[in-house]
Amino acid sequence: MTGGQPSPSTPKKDGSIWFRAYTWIDERVQLRTLVDFLGKKYVPVHSHSIWYYFGGVSLFLFIIQVLTGILLLLYYKGSEELAFESIQFIMSKVEFGWLIRSIHSWAANLFILAAMIHMFSVFFERAYRKPREITWVTGMLMFFLALGFGFSGYLLPWNELAFFATKVGTDIAGALPLIGEPLLVFLRSGEDVTGATLTRFFGFHVAVFPGIFSVLLGIHLILVQRQGMSEPFGEEGEYGKGKKTMPFFPNFLLRDLLLWLLVLNLIALLAVFFPWELGEKADPLASAPAGIKPEWYFMFMFQTLKYIPAHIGPFEGEQLGVLFFSAAGALWLIIPFLDRKSKIGQKSRLLTYAGIFIVLYIILFTIIGWMA
Amino acid sequence: MKPFGANLPTDQFSLIRGSVHGGGSVKGGESLIQCNTCHGAHGIVRVKDKRSPVHPLNVVATCAGCHSNPAYMRTYNPSLPVDQREKYRTSVHGEKNASGDAKAAECVSCHGGHEILRAEDVRSSVYPTNVPGTCATCHGNSDYMAEYPIPTDQLETYSGSVHGQALLGKHDLAAPACNDCHGNHAATPPGIESISNVCGTCHALNADLFSKSPHKAAFDEMGLPECETCHGNHGIVAATDQLIGVSEDAVCSQCHAEDLNPAGYQFAMHISSLIDSLETEEARGTALVDDAENKGMEVGDALFRLRDVRQARFETRTIIHSFNQEECTAVFDKGFAAASFVSGEATRAIDEYYFRRIGFGISTVIITILAIALYLTIRRIERRQKEMLHT
Repeated sequence: MTGGQPSPSTPKKDGSIWFRAYTWIDERVQLRTLVDFLGKKYVPVHSHSIWYYFGGVSLFLFIIQVLTGILLLLYYKGSEELAFESIQFIMSKVEFGWLIRSIHSWAANLFILAAMIHMFSVFFERAYRKPREITWVTGMLMFFLALGFGFSGYLLPWNELAFFATKVGTDIAGALPLIGEPLLVFLRSGEDVTGATLTRFFGFHVAVFPGIFSVLLGIHLILVQRQGMSEPFGEEGEYGKGKKTMPFFPNFLLRDLLLWLLVLNLIALLAVFFPWELGEKADPLASAPAGIKPEWYFMFMFQTLKYIPAHIGPFEGEQLGVLFFSAAGALWLIIPFLDRKSKIGQKSRLLTYAGIFIVLYIILFTIIGWMA
Repeated sequence: MKPFGANLPTDQFSLIRGSVHGGGSVKGGESLIQCNTCHGAHGIVRVKDKRSPVHPLNVVATCAGCHSNPAYMRTYNPSLPVDQREKYRTSVHGEKNASGDAKAAECVSCHGGHEILRAEDVRSSVYPTNVPGTCATCHGNSDYMAEYPIPTDQLETYSGSVHGQALLGKHDLAAPACNDCHGNHAATPPGIESISNVCGTCHALNADLFSKSPHKAAFDEMGLPECETCHGNHGIVAATDQLIGVSEDAVCSQCHAEDLNPAGYQFAMHISSLIDSLETEEARGTALVDDAENKGMEVGDALFRLRDVRQARFETRTIIHSFNQEECTAVFDKGFAAASFVSGEATRAIDEYYFRRIGFGISTVIITILAIALYLTIRRIERRQKEMLHT
């Protein structure tokens, strides 16, 4: 399968419309080079190969988010007076508006879940080790942005629950020492959560975050294509020397597509049987309703902050909690540079135990938070 | 006081200190009123003595000594009216008092003597929630009222009424007490032709519609007390839709018999059927909206318009006082239009609910076929790859 030889999926020279289209594009942009590159790209096959698919699933869910987000933009109005009503209109009057919104909401949550699984699989496999440190960093930055997407998008329907959850969420950000107060004012576009906050969050959600995310995603995908899939420790070797592999194109890509189809059906099922609720319109003058909870992916932090005493020594408990999570996030971001053992081809047991503890902690505190 | 053979109470001083009159005078240093302000000084006689300034026949003039003096009252309470005596003289109580009937209510009967409090004070005997009890002290005492030809069950009937339950039960001060209809210092029963004006103090729209209706002239001519004819007086209960119509519970049929007044009879029957229909439509719309909501459908518009149906039903209860078919029909039509919208929207949402499930079923079949086709394609490609490797 070299340059002159057509790959298994190259359209046959049968004069079909596909072949003519392929030839037409190839004559202009040298498509054959790309096809040949993909044809030479192999994916390792081993007992942990399943984790490779979560990156693709995350990408697929992000594409769904972009498409449904653009469709929602056609009707959504990002103002205090009209946001709730416009979502109500989308849900009840726009043809298949309910489906688009429910898919957008469900896919957002599944996206973060898939990205989280992808992130932990990369961590436990030490796939971030040299030479993939930048891939990890771009991935982590995208993950943080995904949380930002979730946080900003949660407020956009301008309903009661989102309003007060945003109030609590921004309050927590405001607890940070030194930068807390200006950060809170920046996030809220003032002292309180108001229509100005909604406009700001809307801007972040549909312009700032997607712009940065697209750049990071581009770098991430180029690096993945350039460096290929990471292999688990002890499985490294050269292709074609007894190593089990499969071509990326079309074998792996078609498997990806198969999984994407199943994920699509899962989203359709969730959207139809559990349509995303709208709730009551936010009333800034009303008292906070009972049971204010953040989105599930913030729950473990929210629940932890509840358990921290109001004062620990001379410090405020909440401040220390927020500082701790910020520091943990920063450490997690630069873990490829801290994990010296992985650089010499060894797996640090301490890091593995720490990772297991973090996963169990997140699961446990998320469950406790939901049951509280 | 016992050594002097008197059974007089001895708490007058503490009572007056706690009363509205117990404060200091504007000059300071002395009480606002002294004992002698009301009882006199050297010539004090028993209260029951007709020469006493606080005898029931004299007490009005005694109180008016200050309370009818604008210059004096302005120094203590400029917002308090000073025409109580004049009004009182026009009341039934005042007339009887002036004719020498010491049993008729005067200032002390309602406000108390030494313990007088501001009317806004919840402990005052003339605070709205206490007024019915205060009036009933005399008007609920059949022995005391024996010589007067009026019933003595007003408090009992009022307590069970919609007004009584609101005022006495819920402490809703917007609900009328005795004085809101009868007046207080100028208390007198409302005249037959002016009842709608009295009720209209609160029920303005109903009173206005009634005044312009054909019933106004007819009731006046027949000597029927306007609102009271259909709704009653002290025992008035919450008006229900059953008041309209020709059934036994309805009030229309009291006058509009089928043979004597067929037009009125038909009108009552027609309106009654419209009320029933609108109520049915509202119930149907509510049930459909509930069903749609329980299915997780967004029916915000329908819920909003459901309020219009309810509002129209309330409006029908008002517009009925016009006794004008055209005006009534317009309100009913508004209600039916809103109800039709609600039912339509909710039905559409319920249909949509099933449509979604069918759509999901179809899309699942398509996705499954695609997934199987993709799986077979992968198998086929990999088989071909293996064959190529072997060859």
